[in-house]
Amino acid sequence: MHEIGITQNVVAIVAEYANGAKVRRVLLEIGKLSAIMPDAVSFCFDVCSQNTVLEGAILEILQIPGLARCRQCGAEIPLEKPFGVCNCGSKQLDLIAGEELKIKEIEVDEVCV
Amino acid sequence: MCVTCGCSDDAEAKVSNLQTGTVMTIQPVTETHHHHTHVLPDGKVVTHSHSHEPINETHHHTHVLPDGVTHSHSHDINEVSQIHAKIHGRTISLEHEILGKNNLIAAQNRGWFKGRNILALNLVSSPGSGKTTLLTRTINDLKQQLSLSVIEGDQETTNDAEKIKDTGCKVVQVNTGSGCHLDAAMVEQGLQQLNPPLDSVVMIENVGNLVCPALFDLGEQAKVVILSVTEGEDKPIKYPYMFRASEIMILTKIDLLPYVKFDVQRCIEYAKQVNPQIQIFQVSAQTGIGLDNWYEWLSKKAISH
Ligand SMILES: Nc1nc2c(ncn2[C@@H]2O[C@H](COP(=O)(O)OP(=O)(O)OP(=O)(O)O)[C@@H](O)[C@H]2O)c(=O)[nH]1
Ligand SMILES: [Zn+2]
Ligand SMILES: [Zn+2]
Ligand SMILES: [Zn+2]
Repeated sequence: MHEIGITQNVVAIVAEYANGAKVRRVLLEIGKLSAIMPDAVSFCFDVCSQNTVLEGAILEILQIPGLARCRQCGAEIPLEKPFGVCNCGSKQLDLIAGEELKIKEIEVDEVCV
Repeated sequence: MCVTCGCSDDAEAKVSNLQTGTVMTIQPVTETHHHHTHVLPDGKVVTHSHSHEPINETHHHTHVLPDGVTHSHSHDINEVSQIHAKIHGRTISLEHEILGKNNLIAAQNRGWFKGRNILALNLVSSPGSGKTTLLTRTINDLKQQLSLSVIEGDQETTNDAEKIKDTGCKVVQVNTGSGCHLDAAMVEQGLQQLNPPLDSVVMIENVGNLVCPALFDLGEQAKVVILSVTEGEDKPIKYPYMFRASEIMILTKIDLLPYVKFDVQRCIEYAKQVNPQIQIFQVSAQTGIGLDNWYEWLSKKAISH
């Protein structure tokens, strides 16, 4: 469900920026630790974009891997889940990447003379 | 996973045969679109979707102009000369946060609470873990000392709100319908109806769901996750987002420990693994055991937030 709500947000935001122009491509940035599943967003996108300027647009999703910094020793640790243990034994990790949830760019039609 | 729309179930659903060890990924049903994925050298993964409607075969090419703007042409293979250079794609860089609107309203709510010296807590859990029972008991036990009011979130019905109303406390029901979580705008509207007094505590009972409520900031000072001993001790590592986002965890229904297989120590370890800062209270809202620690935390928080 949250994917459908999130995709509706994406469609609404993009349509606003497109300002009536046809949208060809949407590039999203979704962190791997954001609890959002890209496949679910792609699936919802086809449904949510129907009858909008986004209909038929290509959806590209850039997934950013999870990365944390250890509070104890400062090491950077790749993460698959939003928690983990550093080599130094500490579990006090600050997430520094992987929680992104952004519309990076869009491509719209423009007629040139 | 979301029962309401089932979207996520279409996504990375997997079937694991524990006898044979085989794991199969269920592919989402795609009609006109087709997805494929590349892994970039830095570990980023890009998924493209292509429309496979066989209308006209078009051809794209892209070039970067001196001013840094990416320009891409697309033209029909049969009409190259006519169409070429008429329709261009213009790339606009947005960097727009998808949850920006929710987060903005949440920030306004937070300011609204702060200005009135109100402590707002967001109670989250799976369905039926005991949020309403804990809430009614807390209100009854603390109503002499604390001014409490409630925003009740449920998909349907006003059942929980009726139970809260019986305590004599102010309550507003927000029905989310098909939505499986409260969002900041719903809370903003609920607050206008509730009109809580200055220097008070607002309890927001979220929809029973351990996934999406973690993503939506409502403007609360803290999330309180409620877990009951009938749910299994591994919930914190199964739903890490919620346990990470919560400041405290209330392990409830401990009166049932003699009858269920539930390893309290292991549950606490899992919760601390996900969130080393989390504070844990063990209570029974039925017998009242352990509630003093929660009341003490709540009273202190109401003064010092
Ligand atoms: N034994 C025991 N039962 C409890 C306790 N707390 C709640 N229950 C029971 O658990 C059931 C669900 O409790 P609720 O308080 O309605 O749970 P909830 O989290 O508000 O449920 P939803 O709002 O539907 O998500 C009820 O039958 C309660 O009587 C407890 O401490 N001990
Ligand atoms: Zn959902
Ligand atoms: Zn370390
Ligand atoms: Zn309830």
